[in-house]
Amino acid sequence: MRRPLDRPDYFAHIILILGVMLFAFPVWLVFAGSTQDPDAIMRGDLSLIPDLTNLSVYTRVLLHGTMGTEPVWHMLLISFGMAVAIATGKIFISVLSAYAVVFFRFPFRQTAFWLIFVTLMLPVEVRIIPTYAVMSGFALINTFTGLWVPLIASATATLLFRQVFTAIPDELLEAARIDGAGPLRFLRDIVLPVSGANIAALFVILFVYGWNQYLWPLLVSTDPSLDTIVIGIVKMIGQETQTDWSAVMATAVLALLPPVAVVVLMQRWFVAGLTEGEK
Amino acid sequence: MDRRTVFNGRLLPVVLLLPQLLLTLFFFYWPAAEAVWSSLTTQDAFGQDWVFVGLDNFQDLFDDPLYLDSAVRTVFFCLSVSVLAMCIALALAVFADRQIAGRGVYRTLLIWPYAIAPAMSAVLFLFVLNPRVGLLGRWLNRHGVAWDYTLNGSQAMLMVMSASAWKQVSYNFIFFLAGLQSIPRAVIEAARMDGAKGWRRFRTITFPLLSPTTFFLLVVNVVYAAFDTFGTIYALTQGGPGKDTETLVIKVFRDGVINQDIGSSSAQSVVLMLGVILITAIQFRFMGKRTLS
Repeated sequence: MRRPLDRPDYFAHIILILGVMLFAFPVWLVFAGSTQDPDAIMRGDLSLIPDLTNLSVYTRVLLHGTMGTEPVWHMLLISFGMAVAIATGKIFISVLSAYAVVFFRFPFRQTAFWLIFVTLMLPVEVRIIPTYAVMSGFALINTFTGLWVPLIASATATLLFRQVFTAIPDELLEAARIDGAGPLRFLRDIVLPVSGANIAALFVILFVYGWNQYLWPLLVSTDPSLDTIVIGIVKMIGQETQTDWSAVMATAVLALLPPVAVVVLMQRWFVAGLTEGEK
Repeated sequence: MDRRTVFNGRLLPVVLLLPQLLLTLFFFYWPAAEAVWSSLTTQDAFGQDWVFVGLDNFQDLFDDPLYLDSAVRTVFFCLSVSVLAMCIALALAVFADRQIAGRGVYRTLLIWPYAIAPAMSAVLFLFVLNPRVGLLGRWLNRHGVAWDYTLNGSQAMLMVMSASAWKQVSYNFIFFLAGLQSIPRAVIEAARMDGAKGWRRFRTITFPLLSPTTFFLLVVNVVYAAFDTFGTIYALTQGGPGKDTETLVIKVFRDGVINQDIGSSSAQSVVLMLGVILITAIQFRFMGKRTLS
């Protein structure tokens, strides 16, 4: 029942094109809408053909925001800072803790590991109120630090690095010790370079995780100058009546671009890291 | 799996572990302990002191029909979102796994939505399906369908389910595709030689071989639908109209942050924690080796 090679698999193409359109259509619609007259959108005269001569709305929202929000460049900056800080911070402290658990023997080693591991069962959503109390105890409400520091403790990343480090052959460590390398030297010169691909993959996953946060910034900040782009856009759509829709659509496009670019550009690493790491 | 060779030293490993342990202690254990404590207490009439009340808050919670409604709604929501997102992803993965022209491009075009935030999927759905601004939403109303998810509860539920499932398809697609690729070609070839065709081959050979991936994804999707969809639901409906899209997490937020009912919202948090512990236990019972190897 082998299909002749010269006849394309039309059915597969049709299904996949429908799938691609299911995701591309809303984004295309929003892009096309961003280039059109807001009153026309309000009347329902939205054309699916973008007016490429009318991209000035992008400069306008980037520099001035819309309907009294912060300028979009500022919200993008907060999101970018938060995403990078979360990704870097998580990787940094997880590498250190996994390294200690794998390459040393000390009392309460297993206890320390389990203490980190159990946090898998405590997502932000289940400790909304008490976390707020703790955050205000540390004076972290309405601070940039508050947006990222509490999110960097990570059981998943520690588990992943523990797995990667355990796979490093004993011979490498023995050779390094014979050459007189201390633990920090071994970490810097051997362990980090051999884990490069895992770190890159995890960075993509965590960057997207950080960029996409909504509940956390909503909880710990009421200061508009700390609005992330995701918080900002939800505020914009909340005022349904007198909305400058093309400006909101342009903001939506700008909010999507950075994480999508990171995922597409690093697709190969990211897919491998996701399917190997999280299983 | 323990190493034969390790470094000596007691102080260094503790220093290396300290940042992770301190953050865990301050931002995980402390709030969790606080939640348990507040769930067992209540403020006195003057709002001055905390009074220990045992399990009263839990008793009130389980006597509250609104809470039970929300729990049932959440289960229904989670299962619908998971099944919908997994079925679409599996269908796409099966076809993307075939040897066809442009498969690399198809993959990229199906993987990029991984980057969309839950709250952003709400924004995109609003532009498509809002009865006043959305293209399809207006079209439906012009053609005699009274579509308005801001007023109609079932339509609101359909809307938040679709938006939540839509966002999760690409994640499932990545895992199903990886699962399909790890099935040895020889097995599929053998089935082909035995004359098993298309749907039958999928049902009797491919799908059973995918079951570890399917189970893993089911757990991940249920957790996603229960917790990560807060942004989607809150941005689209805030749990409304009325309470028609109020899941347990939305309810904790409404009761705790907006209505400031600390006792009840803490008890709800503790119930959710037990839920997560249960799901994690199930996950490890069946997949422990894969996760901890």
